[in-house]
Amino acid sequence: MSGPSSPILAIRTSPHLVRGSRVDWIMLQVLIALSPALVFAACAFGAAAMLVIGVSVIACLAMEALWSGSSGRTLRDGSALVTAVLYALTLPPGLPLWMVAVGGVVSIWLGKAIFGGLGCNPFNPALVGRAFLQAAFPSAMTNWLPSFSVGRFSSVPESTLALPFLRPVYDARTSATPLAAWKFDAETTDSMDLLLGLTSGSLGETSSALLLLGGLYLIARNVMSWRVPVSIGISVALVSGLLRWADPQSYASPVFMLFSGGLMLGSLFMATDLVGSPMTSRGCWLYGALIGVLVVSIRAFGGMPEGVMYAILLANATTPLIDQWIRPRPFGAPGGARA
Amino acid sequence: MGMPWLASRSFGHGVHPPEHKEETRDLPIRSFPFASELVVPLLQHLGAPAIPEVREGQRVARGEILARPDGFMSVAVHAPVSGTVRSIRPAPSITGRMLPAIYLETRPGDTQEVIPGVACSLESATPEDVRNAIQAAGIVGLGGAAFPTHAKLRIPEGTKVDTLILNGAECEPYLTTDHRVMLEQAPDLFLGIRYLLRAIEASRAILAVEKNKADASQHLRRHKPDDLALELVELEVKYPQGAEKLLIRSLLGREVPSGGLPSAVGALVVNVATAAEIGRLLPHGRGIIERVVTLGGPGVERKGNYRIPIGTPLRFLLEQVGVSGDVDEVFLGGPMMGVAASSLEIPLTKGISGVIVYAREQGDSEESRVYPCIRCGQCLAACPMYLDPATLMRLSRHGDYSTMVDRYHLMDCFECGCCAYVCPSHIPLVQHFRIAKAGIRRGLSA
Repeated sequence: MSGPSSPILAIRTSPHLVRGSRVDWIMLQVLIALSPALVFAACAFGAAAMLVIGVSVIACLAMEALWSGSSGRTLRDGSALVTAVLYALTLPPGLPLWMVAVGGVVSIWLGKAIFGGLGCNPFNPALVGRAFLQAAFPSAMTNWLPSFSVGRFSSVPESTLALPFLRPVYDARTSATPLAAWKFDAETTDSMDLLLGLTSGSLGETSSALLLLGGLYLIARNVMSWRVPVSIGISVALVSGLLRWADPQSYASPVFMLFSGGLMLGSLFMATDLVGSPMTSRGCWLYGALIGVLVVSIRAFGGMPEGVMYAILLANATTPLIDQWIRPRPFGAPGGARA
Repeated sequence: MGMPWLASRSFGHGVHPPEHKEETRDLPIRSFPFASELVVPLLQHLGAPAIPEVREGQRVARGEILARPDGFMSVAVHAPVSGTVRSIRPAPSITGRMLPAIYLETRPGDTQEVIPGVACSLESATPEDVRNAIQAAGIVGLGGAAFPTHAKLRIPEGTKVDTLILNGAECEPYLTTDHRVMLEQAPDLFLGIRYLLRAIEASRAILAVEKNKADASQHLRRHKPDDLALELVELEVKYPQGAEKLLIRSLLGREVPSGGLPSAVGALVVNVATAAEIGRLLPHGRGIIERVVTLGGPGVERKGNYRIPIGTPLRFLLEQVGVSGDVDEVFLGGPMMGVAASSLEIPLTKGISGVIVYAREQGDSEESRVYPCIRCGQCLAACPMYLDPATLMRLSRHGDYSTMVDRYHLMDCFECGCCAYVCPSHIPLVQHFRIAKAGIRRGLSA
């Protein structure tokens, strides 16, 4: 046909062009970025880690499916899968699987669904689930398996298969995380071990190098605000550097602070959660700085060796306020020239 | 080029959509046949409809005046073809409303000679004379806004315009009309600039193009008369570089105040095609009876730039260039700000710079799915007016239009579409803002 007869014309609103990226594509990028750390967790902690990841994914997706009803629409945006993987990476490898399942359900339900689903959650859902476990099962959450132990693929620790509500029996081979060793025994860990992940810790926090790699991928894909992790890093280095300078005996070095514990995982993948972080660039700088100050304060002065989780959750709570305070000056509004 | 530092200056934020200009940018402007019946609306501009001066059954010559301006915010309408007035009745328009139009039957076999009018001589004309001649020629902004040009040229009391800016940015994808006009109508353009400088009593002019039209810029530089105070500047390729306020920011570093006119910062912006039309028509006292239009998009077979009579129905226009496959959407203007046509009976009007056809694609339901806002902030980083589209959208959902205006500067949004273009959730942000503005006009707010 060469001419239009009487076509039914679509009437859409402008713009009639859209850029390629979509929410489900963004979620896929986050999963790709996390995959090196996931593989490393499976290698370092063996069967126990794989079971934790598997149970976490099943629990989170089941809760999401239950919440989204028969249509299952919200499963397809991929956000529940991202939450499941992030949540699993924050857990100790020997955690009883029934606790993993409870925390996974809490992540999606209390972390996201009750607020209205994706985009409405004020806090990072994965950290809500972890915070719940930390409060409910403090001893199980601070029981760390050593990495690269012999026989990690052929057997699982006794605690992994513990029955619900029974006191789990912990593995005799437990070891302290670098932060706990520093806090309670004044031992420091070699920086290279921290970077490569040859220490004990939660599933995904040990290998700073692989987490950095994933973070750089997200920045290259323009999916993540680089300002948040950079701001957290600068803030942690400055505050801990200041403490170290004032009293080298009592405080750890900035390098140790940056590469130990959950700082890499938290600052690259959790603090940057789009929903819980501020929308403006300047807001992101402030938000990151706040997290850095909180992390060092909790680690240095608090009762716990690690503070990344609470630092991020507290900063999440300030995000609406930051977005109220820091807004761009509209073009042509009074207030001086734009740089 | 006295100021090389200008070349690197631009406005903040904005987006880089695919240009889609390569298919038509090198094709010379072609003439177009007359449809058997032309539909000439009385309102093709912002303001009051023109008043018809012809009766049903009356024979008119091409270029003859059909309707005269009704007051200051109105312009004349001329006959795009020699023929007979069949009727004056409502016709479909791009606004969705039926608007009065003159139905003109083309006289077959006519030579279609344009009748001469009263010339406006550049040598003797006063600023007032030039503005009156522009109004009598029916000239409006040809970039898309269709604002009456003579009204724009009347500078408010107490302000002084030092710089005339010729807008050749043409930042909308697909469109290449301004590009072709600059390449093919340089003498008209230079003459038009002289008329415009006279009308606003300014001494210097800057003509700005995006870097993707450097050939046009070089062509104009080569042929520019020595006595014309015209500077040629090439700007970064970025959408919406051609928006008036942003162009002034890019070129002069001045920020037009919110709610204010460009003259408040001593500038005045006129589209290059409008200027070329002034230079083409005023020396002969003629009116606008045709305009250059880009016919493009994936659905058009013989893409190109055509000089098409005003009043040509879209159906005839698409029949002439051929449409491949199933027509899905026809929109007028560029893809970022263009308006979808609801009917092919809509006639071409002065403000339409492009007719873009999208063919139907299979299985794009997932593509158009809308997700919830994930507060990614990409819309804030794209908005050239530095607004907060995410928060505006939330307020719009709650019907809180007054907060949108009072605290979030809704009225500074000119609907460029950058926010919706980048939104990964595919939320129709601009539509939310249009609804809110309409709500405000009707006095609605939660």
